[in-house]
Amino acid sequence: MAERCAVIGVGQTHYTTKRRDVSIAGLVREAALRALEDAGLTFQDIDAVVIGKAPDLFEGVMMPEAYLADALGAAGKPMMRVHTAGSVGGSTALVGAGLIQSGVHERVLVVAFEKQSESNATWALSTHLPFSSSLVVGAGGYFAPHIREYMRRSGAPGHIGVLVAVKDRLNALKNPYAHLRIPGIDRAMVESTPMLWEPIRYLETCPSSDGACAIVLSSERAATGTPAWVHGAAMRSEPIFRAGRDTVSPQAGKDCAADVYRQAGVTDPRRRLDVAEVYVPFSWYEPMWLENLGFAAEGEGWKVTESGATALDGDIPWNPSGGVLSSNPIGASGLIRFAEAALQVRGAAGDHQVDGARLALGHAYGGGAQFFAMWIVGREKP
Amino acid sequence: MSDPLTAEHVLEFPGGYTRSTGPVIGRFLTELRAGRIVGTRTAGGRVLVPPLEYDPATGDPVTGEYVEVGPAGTVTACAWVAEPRPEHPLDRPFAWALIQLDGADTALVHAVDAGNPKAVRPGTRVWPVWRGERRGHITDLSCFAPEVTRIVSPVRVPYTLRAGGALGVFLEGIRRGVFIGGRCASCGKVYVPYRLSCPQCGVAIGERVELPDTGTVTTFAINNLPDPRAPEVPFVSAYVLLDGADVPLIALVGGIPAHEVRQGMRVRAEWVPESERTASMANIRWFAPTGELDVEL
Repeated sequence: MAERCAVIGVGQTHYTTKRRDVSIAGLVREAALRALEDAGLTFQDIDAVVIGKAPDLFEGVMMPEAYLADALGAAGKPMMRVHTAGSVGGSTALVGAGLIQSGVHERVLVVAFEKQSESNATWALSTHLPFSSSLVVGAGGYFAPHIREYMRRSGAPGHIGVLVAVKDRLNALKNPYAHLRIPGIDRAMVESTPMLWEPIRYLETCPSSDGACAIVLSSERAATGTPAWVHGAAMRSEPIFRAGRDTVSPQAGKDCAADVYRQAGVTDPRRRLDVAEVYVPFSWYEPMWLENLGFAAEGEGWKVTESGATALDGDIPWNPSGGVLSSNPIGASGLIRFAEAALQVRGAAGDHQVDGARLALGHAYGGGAQFFAMWIVGREKP
Repeated sequence: MSDPLTAEHVLEFPGGYTRSTGPVIGRFLTELRAGRIVGTRTAGGRVLVPPLEYDPATGDPVTGEYVEVGPAGTVTACAWVAEPRPEHPLDRPFAWALIQLDGADTALVHAVDAGNPKAVRPGTRVWPVWRGERRGHITDLSCFAPEVTRIVSPVRVPYTLRAGGALGVFLEGIRRGVFIGGRCASCGKVYVPYRLSCPQCGVAIGERVELPDTGTVTTFAINNLPDPRAPEVPFVSAYVLLDGADVPLIALVGGIPAHEVRQGMRVRAEWVPESERTASMANIRWFAPTGELDVEL
């Protein structure tokens, strides 16, 4: 890439079940203004706005980017919308970064949101078309068989998912923006909750959240404040119905990781990276992605989780923010991962800061694990 | 009543009492008829709503100054009425509330039409709901209601879906009790349901393949989350790799308790009787175990 790109501002809303006090426009603006304030800028300093969210059916607002232009100060500026299902927050950041890296713009505002309380995501994801049988109920219904297959292949003991569910919620207690903050969360509490889509328990799933996240991206010459520098940026997708597709460890995820590591000069992610914010909406996706992303050998991801290495005080903390398991405004969830990675290397993550973090991974996936978006950000310039 | 020592008696002045309002209450009611709420200012500067003719703090007459207040106000105290009586202002559950209107120093008592007891509490902002025809009476205010904070926005998009092309070919097979797949001439993989192009190679698929109705469960979920459009819980949604196919179908597994389903289990489609078949996946009741030995995955 010709131009360097930096995150110079991050803004989040508090994630919660129902933000009844604001419209969708008010919600995205809240995140945008906080990101601008963090960067010491105003809407006047922004060249273009990129917005992302998951399917329009979630809020029933078609082409929300048109309605939200005013709220995001985009009048008279380029404004575009990105949609890659659950990975959209990550893809939106990468589209914004591309506008800087290509030299087209100096400063880009990136915003992603979901206001899940306006409908019901399980309903919106299960439209039950005619001629077919209606067997997949929500995202959990889709991912549960792939988790079961991971457990069979790896021989992982059944409690590994519970460990992740507890670990991420303990981290959430240190993040004031997190939605699920469960005092006293422990293995017994998670194990006592019912199997929704066996092998996924209730407390091994993400919540439904309202919320928005925003970041301000800038070129090197327009940078203000404390930048987090983009060292690598990659997206991949793959056909969901390809024969021989590995649904446990999709090729597109491996290819995307290889690309972003190559750009950032990372050969051993577990040693080289200081922290990772990875899209884990169901607890078992931590060990699965540990393998897919090369932090562990195939079949060994669950051992890394079990060892405590991914805890906040482990050698490679995953999701110190509490992750998607603790906050899930779907369209924003990927951008939150990317933004939290930036906060870590800026030293601005507060109580869930990983000491001395210099290089961090942000990751998102979406659809039937067929869309992937990743970036690596660092404290130093690339 | 059969008891001869018990009798009904009604005390009601015919037509109702005619009551002089005096200038202060009269002004208040006249303003109500015009759709405004006013209070009186006391010599000490307080605004009394509803107005009083004399300042209860000093016993002096209130000043001649009328102050328009509200129309919105804040609930300072409330009590929920779960079962309204015939003479209550609303025929559905409501709250009696003390409402301090904006600009007033005292609160008035009125009914709040809140829908449910959680929707009204001290601090709730409420607005007047006016009677259609006002006549200069306190009941010109039908009630108060919480602020509008959300609307319901129905979205309903009717489609007519026609199963043409590849889906039509596949469903025609299902009507006959046969799974139709397609073989990619480039990679040799067999896709089921039949499709017109290979998602891996991108080339057109020409060759149709009839597949048997037997296969292997590669993996599955036990669904405990009820959905009105899905089978009764717990149900098993499984990936069934039909013999000769290279991609699995998502199918219901039945004829076996959910917790006895296994990865690698051999299954066969259980078809509804021929007379009931249509061009729909409803032709397949579910996949049931064949009883063969499990397959090593």
